[in-house]
Amino acid sequence: MGRPFWSRPVTPRHEDRSPFRYAPLVMLGVMFVPVMAGLAGTMLPAIGYFPALGGDSISPGPIMDLLRWPGFWRASALSVTTGVGVTILSLAIVILFTAAWQGTRLFSAAERLLSPLLSVPHAAAAFGVAFLLAPSGWMTRVISPWATSWTTPPDVLIPQDPWGLTMMAGLVAKEVPFLLLMTIAALGQTESVKSRVIAQSLGYGRTWAWMTVVLPRVYEQIRLPVYAVLAYAMSVVDVAIILGPNAPATLSAQVVSWMSDPDLALRFRASAGAAAQLGLVGVTLILWRMAELSVGCVARRWAYRGRRMQRDRPLRVGALVAAAMPIAAVLVGLLSLAVWSLAGFWSWPDVLPSSFTGTTWLRHASDLRDPILETVRIGLLAVGVSLVLTIVTLEAEQRFNLNLTTRRLGLLYAPLLVPQVAFLVGLQTLALESGLDAGMAAVTVAHIVFVLPYVFLSMAGPYRAWDDRYATIATAMGSGSQRTLWRIRLPMLLGPLLVAAAIGFAVSVGQYLPTLLVGAGRVQTLTTEAVALASGGDRRVIGVYALSQTLAAAVPFMVAIALPRFVWRHRRGLQHR
Amino acid sequence: MNPVYSPPHPDTTEGSDDAEGLALRRLCIRLAGKVLVDLDAHIAPGRILTIMGPSGSGKSTLLSVIIGTTAPAFTVSGRIVLDGTDISHLPPQKRRVGILFQDDMLFPHLSIGANLAFGLPPAVRGRSARRERVVRALADIGLEGFENRDPATLSGGQRARVALMRMLLAEPRALLLDEPFSGLDAALRDHIRELVFSRARERRLPVLLVTHDEADARAAAGDRIELAHTD
Repeated sequence: MGRPFWSRPVTPRHEDRSPFRYAPLVMLGVMFVPVMAGLAGTMLPAIGYFPALGGDSISPGPIMDLLRWPGFWRASALSVTTGVGVTILSLAIVILFTAAWQGTRLFSAAERLLSPLLSVPHAAAAFGVAFLLAPSGWMTRVISPWATSWTTPPDVLIPQDPWGLTMMAGLVAKEVPFLLLMTIAALGQTESVKSRVIAQSLGYGRTWAWMTVVLPRVYEQIRLPVYAVLAYAMSVVDVAIILGPNAPATLSAQVVSWMSDPDLALRFRASAGAAAQLGLVGVTLILWRMAELSVGCVARRWAYRGRRMQRDRPLRVGALVAAAMPIAAVLVGLLSLAVWSLAGFWSWPDVLPSSFTGTTWLRHASDLRDPILETVRIGLLAVGVSLVLTIVTLEAEQRFNLNLTTRRLGLLYAPLLVPQVAFLVGLQTLALESGLDAGMAAVTVAHIVFVLPYVFLSMAGPYRAWDDRYATIATAMGSGSQRTLWRIRLPMLLGPLLVAAAIGFAVSVGQYLPTLLVGAGRVQTLTTEAVALASGGDRRVIGVYALSQTLAAAVPFMVAIALPRFVWRHRRGLQHR
Repeated sequence: MNPVYSPPHPDTTEGSDDAEGLALRRLCIRLAGKVLVDLDAHIAPGRILTIMGPSGSGKSTLLSVIIGTTAPAFTVSGRIVLDGTDISHLPPQKRRVGILFQDDMLFPHLSIGANLAFGLPPAVRGRSARRERVVRALADIGLEGFENRDPATLSGGQRARVALMRMLLAEPRALLLDEPFSGLDAALRDHIRELVFSRARERRLPVLLVTHDEADARAAAGDRIELAHTD
């Protein structure tokens, strides 16, 4: 005796056993397996286990060796100060600017600058900043000799100052656009304008109103991106090589130089260093969280006092200047890369070269060919795999009503919270241990770990926001879910699809450490080639490579914006999205 | 599991008339144990059943149950019988129940002709045969020569007509209307309503109309069911 027939659910169950159900798991696996394997590959040598190099017993040797390295404490301190400094500065700029200007025309203008700024690879932005701030860079050229009476470039150690200040400047310039984008996305999910207006009608000044009533909700949403910035800034390598101090270097940069040392015994110390970097980031994240709580506590007390802070004009101007500086630094930096790449003879303190020439470009055109092809190959593969996984996951979520909400979104950010060096060192060790040749395929897998979260995060919003009734209509007319996906949904989402691909491609182009470490130095992309030029100091060649790198990241964006406009030029209903 | 036992039910007039039209037999929709909709009704071919009720009374949920796209949060019991066949467990694309929403939902990336062709069954084979059917369908609704037009360039009334024709080309055996006229201005509303109703009668389609417009209900001139507010 079963249940009577009429109490059976009416919902069709035909798709229950589809393998696509497990798509979200597959996606998370693709991101997590390399990270977990890499962490294991880092931890074991850090405690002495590395059979391929004769380490077959567990010992504290590598850790002791690391602690005996004279630069250890200073390198660790640098990692913390630059990481925390960059995060506080970037966050402060973003919060102040949004609080003071959200909803104005100026804010929308800044919003439009975000995508191009985000697509600029870190290395290219860092070179640009170096070209601006160096003693013989554009800054001193513009003000000399009339304001400084300098007749030769001043003898100061910039960039690569021992406190890592230039490095922080370069990182802030790149992290501000990122956090601003995340903040704008979060604003869409809170009733920010209404709340602020209510607070303003109670007599609060605009900036303070936003900070008391909107910020607490927005911060909840951008917390994980903030953590990602902290972890990234603490352990970044390419920017550290270009702008960071040398004696000692930051911990991660030092680990990478040990990894490329011909003395293989140094791999043990490198692994211990990578493990230390992981611990350092972990502890700093915990301290940051505690600081968040106490700042929240203090802020609530302030708010309780009811001070209105009505005169915030100076603060608003200050916020504007603070936000404009990093944006200008990146843009003017790129311009200076372009000028150097085309410069003929250029003596100091002339603001512009005395002649322009295409010689540098022509001389390096043939050297650029292979890195460009490799960059494009890896980028296309990584983006292709990421897009397929993303769409299958989102489609499965739709069809089976799986809920991938905020809790699991945290998982997407997890690979971004682990310092790159901590698991990439281990991946190289595993390749060495297993005898597998770490070639382009392995590098692509490592790229996917970083490309996939961005592709997913950028695609998920538009995919979920798509009006389901189109699917209902199509289904009611007899169209199966496959046909609805290919004929209706994906074509309608062409724009977001291409933007997600462009973002993913830009992320792949910018990857330095995964390419260098997983490729064991044998996979050469525009980014690894550009960073390798840093020590040489030939600005014309650096200009050529850094600009090529920027173009490789930016061109897909232009295509992503232009192509849907062209394809749908006769479809007005799709043009304003 | 196959039904082995069918209990007698006083409200149920199950019988030979279920062989034609759309029958909702002891259809009960629950959300978290609470009854949202409890219905037993039969719509004869060419007749219109109007369902009225305030928002939140489960009207859209009822439609999604009949279409087959119910969200899993709802528990549904009962049977949906279309022309004598129990379609309750068929996937949505096999039910042959057409629906019109308040918005016309023309696919914005397809031309008017391609929108209509999307509705046309695959059994109509060959490019020229399909094209000919599309051209005829357009002529039928007074939109000759509109095949290559962008849906966004049509007026509201024209779009409503295309949406209706697209759905009819898919050869549905029943028609659901989800407040389809409330987006149109008053003058147009009567015209489109008359067009939809007359086409449904011509094809002897049972129609379920969900609305809160009294004029719609009067024009439908059929049975009427009021859903209660359940909050």
